[in-house]
Amino acid sequence: MKYLVKTALAAGIIALLSGPVFASEEATPAVASPPEGPRSITAPGESTADHSKFKKLQQEFTSGPEVTQACISCHTEASDQVMHSIHFKWEFEHPETGQVLGKSKVINAFCGNVVGNEARCTSCHAGYGWTDMNQPPPQQETAVDCLVCHDRSGQYTKTATGAGHPPLQNVKPGTKTITGADAWPVDLAKAAQSVGLPGRDNCGSCHFYGGGGDNVKHGDLSSALYMPSRDVDVHMSPDGGNFTCSTCHVSEKHQWSGSRYAVNAVDPHHDKPLKPGERRDVATCESCHSETPHPANIMGMKLNDHTDKVACQTCHIPAFARGGVATKTFWDWSTAGKMDENGKPLVLHDYTQSDGQELHTYLATKGDFEWGEDVKPYYAWFDGQVRYTLGGDKIDPSKPVDVNQIKGDPNDGSSRIWPFKKMIGKQAYDTKLDHLVYTHVWGPTTDTAFWTNYDWGKAIEAGMKAAGVEYSGEFGFVDTHMYWPITHMVAPADEAVKCGMCHSENGRLEGMAGVFLPGTDSMNWTGILGRLIVLAALAGVLLHTAIRIFAGKKGDDTHG
Amino acid sequence: MAKRCVKVYPRFERLWHWSQVVLIVVLMFTGFGINGLHHTLHFGPAVMLHTIAALALLVLWIFATFWLFTTGTWRQFIPSMEGMMQVALFYAWGVFQGKKHPYKKVLLRKHNPLQAATYFGLKWFVFPAIWSTGLLYLTYNWWGASVSEPSFALWVVANLHLLSAYVIAAFVIVHVYLLTVGHGFRAHVRPMVTGYDEVELTAEEEAYLAADEPWRLKPQKS
Repeated sequence: MKYLVKTALAAGIIALLSGPVFASEEATPAVASPPEGPRSITAPGESTADHSKFKKLQQEFTSGPEVTQACISCHTEASDQVMHSIHFKWEFEHPETGQVLGKSKVINAFCGNVVGNEARCTSCHAGYGWTDMNQPPPQQETAVDCLVCHDRSGQYTKTATGAGHPPLQNVKPGTKTITGADAWPVDLAKAAQSVGLPGRDNCGSCHFYGGGGDNVKHGDLSSALYMPSRDVDVHMSPDGGNFTCSTCHVSEKHQWSGSRYAVNAVDPHHDKPLKPGERRDVATCESCHSETPHPANIMGMKLNDHTDKVACQTCHIPAFARGGVATKTFWDWSTAGKMDENGKPLVLHDYTQSDGQELHTYLATKGDFEWGEDVKPYYAWFDGQVRYTLGGDKIDPSKPVDVNQIKGDPNDGSSRIWPFKKMIGKQAYDTKLDHLVYTHVWGPTTDTAFWTNYDWGKAIEAGMKAAGVEYSGEFGFVDTHMYWPITHMVAPADEAVKCGMCHSENGRLEGMAGVFLPGTDSMNWTGILGRLIVLAALAGVLLHTAIRIFAGKKGDDTHG
Repeated sequence: MAKRCVKVYPRFERLWHWSQVVLIVVLMFTGFGINGLHHTLHFGPAVMLHTIAALALLVLWIFATFWLFTTGTWRQFIPSMEGMMQVALFYAWGVFQGKKHPYKKVLLRKHNPLQAATYFGLKWFVFPAIWSTGLLYLTYNWWGASVSEPSFALWVVANLHLLSAYVIAAFVIVHVYLLTVGHGFRAHVRPMVTGYDEVELTAEEEAYLAADEPWRLKPQKS
């Protein structure tokens, strides 16, 4: 109980200190009213329990951990299970490469790193009060946030800068939620009594907003998937399968199938298609659709011939960032820090999203941006293994640095041509030691945070110190590439990529090594030789005709 | 010796020929579309049409082969050097001087030696090359995994298929052109439509046909 009071206090202090998170965005400070209901509709569950009837939940809760305490009084193992999941640990030891990855470790091409920016980044932690990445997440069993995944009232949320805590009473005007909305006071009892299996909105409130905003990071995960139309996502659309995330990302003991660090590019281990929700350990298309998903007709057979080389996603996700929400495709940190004529941080909004919303293209806090909607993916061979360029890894600054490297080999049998979002960036690195640096960007009260002080030198030094990585004290900016496997926003079959989009000169897979693609090169040597043969025949015929005309004879005209 | 109007192309052979014409035209058009030579068709439908036409042509060829061997017509296609030079010289020289075609159609040889040699080459080399590579192309996934460099193997198969197609295209051009030489286009096409052509018959042949295959002889206008 002592811990509960402490965390509640800590949450309050953090909320007070945090201030507006999108400080550079011109927002009118406001306290919103809570949403009426969840942003996605799920099928009625088959639960035999109505949590609103539980006496234990009919009380005034004053903090998130208090609700968790009530949950685990019945669900005795839940907290322990969650604490062993990547959602809580933010750490992942890669089984192939041995690299220790996870949000607590990696550097990305977006906001950079969690360490040094904790309370802001850990606002999306599936727990409460993780304020230091150098420590493991809080180990009290009440530190798990049950509601962020299980609330079905739609009004549970987390404060953008609250290290995982929800906004409660007396929300300070200007406070934001993790989705960037104006915060409202969460009614914890209402949330606790509403619990059920997660809807798309539960997962989406964090995963759709990675990188600091709607669809910024992934490209194929955006608020468009709360209630998508069929053509945006055939599985998740209420007019289609109305899948929740966990329909594919099947869980066992709060561990989910489907990892971005160690992707199962294929699932050839069974020959029978599985039904949605049926037990399996991986979340691939093939898990449900098998390796021969097309009908057994002449077209279907030819399409099935592709599955040994081409991932399902490559044809069935013709573009990402569909459904009216743009994704960031370019982020140049090196230009950050410009002030306008009044000495205020410069902000530009020069990208108009298809819904008319103006998106920022320059922020003094973050630099220059480019956005894209309906973006054609980048394609590459991929066996599912991803290696990261971590803080201590040597880089070659003379060329673009791959923040993550996707592994694949056309001839290994398990690689497929996959679609990716290719994020192009320019980010800070140590010019003497040649490695990417950790930056301390968020910290409203520190004199080192970049978003508060606009001083890279201090921000990098503080970030490196927080990460405990050696830093020479000299920095520059290097071009970076980062690859995000695209696997959501599957279009209906008739909107899949058409054959000719790849089977053509300058097609989508132009230059792809290790695969023979008919229709892409009619002017190869055989094509030239063939044309010469035909031209020779034509020339011969024309010459013969000419001589016949010139000689005035049709030839053997005795028979007419 | 008498010149008689004899049925040289029975109904099946004419059906075979004209079905083959239609299918080869479809195959050429779709095939060169798939290859990227022209863009009048979408790739997917072109592949489907190409596959269906190819399978139809293979079925036709199976029937034709059966017919050739059961009827003995295959002998018509055995190449022979006899008279080859004269025919070649005619096309190269004589035709310009209005000379007569040196080859006289006889009952057992409806093709001139150059024709027979060409068809021999087509039937024994070019057609087998195109259908075997076509079948390999179509069934790539059945054998791809068992070769060491599947993409290279498929590249070889595809290029041989394409080269054969160009050779056939050249054949079609010359074949159609040669119809205009000699008796004239209409006269040359007519036998493949009606089945009848003028053939020099020996007295024995004429007597045999009159007695045993009277339907092959057109009654003489007298």
